[in-house]
Amino acid sequence: MAILVVAEHDNQQLKAATLNTVTAASLVGQDVDLLIAGAQCAEVARQAAQIRGVRKVLHCDAAHYADQTAENLAALILSVSASYSHLFAPASSFGKNVMPRVAARLDVAQVSEITAVEAPNRFVRPIYAGNALATIESDDPVKVVTVRATAFAAAEMGGSASVEPLSASPDVSKVRVVGRELTQSARPELGNAKIVVSGGRGLGNGEQYRALLEPLADRLNAALGASRAAVDAGYVPNDFQVGQTGKVVAPQLYLAVGISGAIQHLAGMKDSKIVVAINKDPDAPIFQVADYGLVADLFEAVPQLTAALAQ
Amino acid sequence: MKILVPVKRVVDANVKIRVKSDGSGVETANLKLSMNPFDEIAVEEAVRLKEAGIASEVVAVSIGDTGCQETLRAAMAVGADAAIHVEADTATQPLAVAKLLQAIVAKEQPQLVICGKQAIDDDANQVGQMLAALLDWPQATFASRVQIAGGEATVTREIDGGLETLAMPLPAVISTDLRLNEPRYASLPNIMKAKKKPLATVSPAELDVDIAPRLKVVSVDEPSVRQAGKLVSDVAELVGMLRNEAKVI
Ligand SMILES: Cc1cc2nc3c(=O)[nH]c(=O)nc-3n(C[C@H](O)[C@H](O)[C@H](O)COP(=O)(O)OP(=O)(O)OC[C@H]3O[C@@H](n4cnc5c(N)ncnc54)[C@H](O)[C@@H]3O)c2cc1C
Repeated sequence: MAILVVAEHDNQQLKAATLNTVTAASLVGQDVDLLIAGAQCAEVARQAAQIRGVRKVLHCDAAHYADQTAENLAALILSVSASYSHLFAPASSFGKNVMPRVAARLDVAQVSEITAVEAPNRFVRPIYAGNALATIESDDPVKVVTVRATAFAAAEMGGSASVEPLSASPDVSKVRVVGRELTQSARPELGNAKIVVSGGRGLGNGEQYRALLEPLADRLNAALGASRAAVDAGYVPNDFQVGQTGKVVAPQLYLAVGISGAIQHLAGMKDSKIVVAINKDPDAPIFQVADYGLVADLFEAVPQLTAALAQ
Repeated sequence: MKILVPVKRVVDANVKIRVKSDGSGVETANLKLSMNPFDEIAVEEAVRLKEAGIASEVVAVSIGDTGCQETLRAAMAVGADAAIHVEADTATQPLAVAKLLQAIVAKEQPQLVICGKQAIDDDANQVGQMLAALLDWPQATFASRVQIAGGEATVTREIDGGLETLAMPLPAVISTDLRLNEPRYASLPNIMKAKKKPLATVSPAELDVDIAPRLKVVSVDEPSVRQAGKLVSDVAELVGMLRNEAKVI
């Protein structure tokens, strides 16, 4: 039984979720290999070789993997899949995009976004926005699985796996990447920050969101997040959205400011260690999941909080 | 150009579900069922492409029990021209859904399939990608903007780091994200008109697709619930709690 983990990276740096995915894979078995497919990504392969618990790194370097299109990546994964009983990837927009393509070609089911490994063929995954947990068994010859990063600890560094070159599959993609607008930020990544400050519709507009929450996030070295309502209204970019259909986060501290606490939002943050809610409506559902609730006008409370943290 | 739009009937997004006490699944009896919200967005996008003169026909497909016909009528009430109901009594898993859709694509010959990125019941996020793989078509998942011109689709996708725009030749599969559009409501006259639009039924056997589930659901359990904590009276108390009790700052 060998497990292939498809690494997520940007040709320069391994994405953190890959480390959590390695941990999940290690719960299935010892022989965990990592696939790094990209263009001029030798540095990523070098980083990956240091992940503890990785047996070997397959490094495939070719221009047509630069953009990580689902079509080309799936074809490459299929070229090596016969050696593996399990194919794992993070349940990020990257893994969600690629893995079902692999599963369909193998004529096997995919188990999406697992939160626990109970046996090599048995996994737990949330359904209905996390309001139920399904334990799923797969008897397919290959298990294609995506992994919710927040449910598994990050694998540690300090290993020394071998790096083996893997030959590229033919370029089969008809897709061209014609634009990319990536959010630039010096803040920690939302998906694995220790503290997240999230704002909702209560902030009123993007200017007020930034004026109030950026200084607070700076003070706490926190990532910034948002509710769907705040993203839809254009206060912040789409990749800030926390929830059932956005990002799932589980920081040490999650501060929900002007967020009501809809089921779909809770689905993305209810595994946080400590939740703080600031909302002027004492009946807001967010208070039912908050460890500390402050019923207050956020326009007064947030600047006070930022100031108090400076002391 | 014909557009195919798969629509799933799911427990309404505003309903809080309950897990069955015997752990066999989720209680869905007597709950309000609606079109999966992402599929509403897919129908809306297809109808807008038709209104813009880019598409000629929009066909909605739903897989499940007879209740699906209500969902298909809802799709036709907002502008789909015709509907196909694939009759299935058991819950169909994503791979089987993708195969059924592949068979329907072979019959209907659409140039574009627009589907929701995930269904809000099983949260699987698989069907569009699987269908694209089976058809060997290019895919654009999590779309927040779609333009069709000159036999090519240009699609902006919502990805973890921001936005990415892809261009691809048709035929292709697009899956919708929340910000692609705001679905319209059906007007009463259009609801009446939808009752007269063609709705065909077909069985998985007629499509020659085996829909036996591949994944076994061993149990469905209640997640651990967070308990409400305490209310603090002011910011100073909050900071004290975070520093001295929770010790997270
Ligand atoms: C298919 C689907 C998927 C979805 N996915 C997601 C998702 O991934 N993530 C997500 O977040 N949502 C998602 N939603 C939307 C979700 O249902 C809610 O609509 C959304 O979370 C509400 O955002 P909000 O809490 O910011 O806004 P609101 O519900 O409008 O709440 C605003 C809050 O701000 C408070 N407030 C206002 N002014 C002040 C003030 N001055 N001081 C203090 N408090 C104030 C109000 O009391 C209120 O509680 C989804 C919905 C659907 C149907």
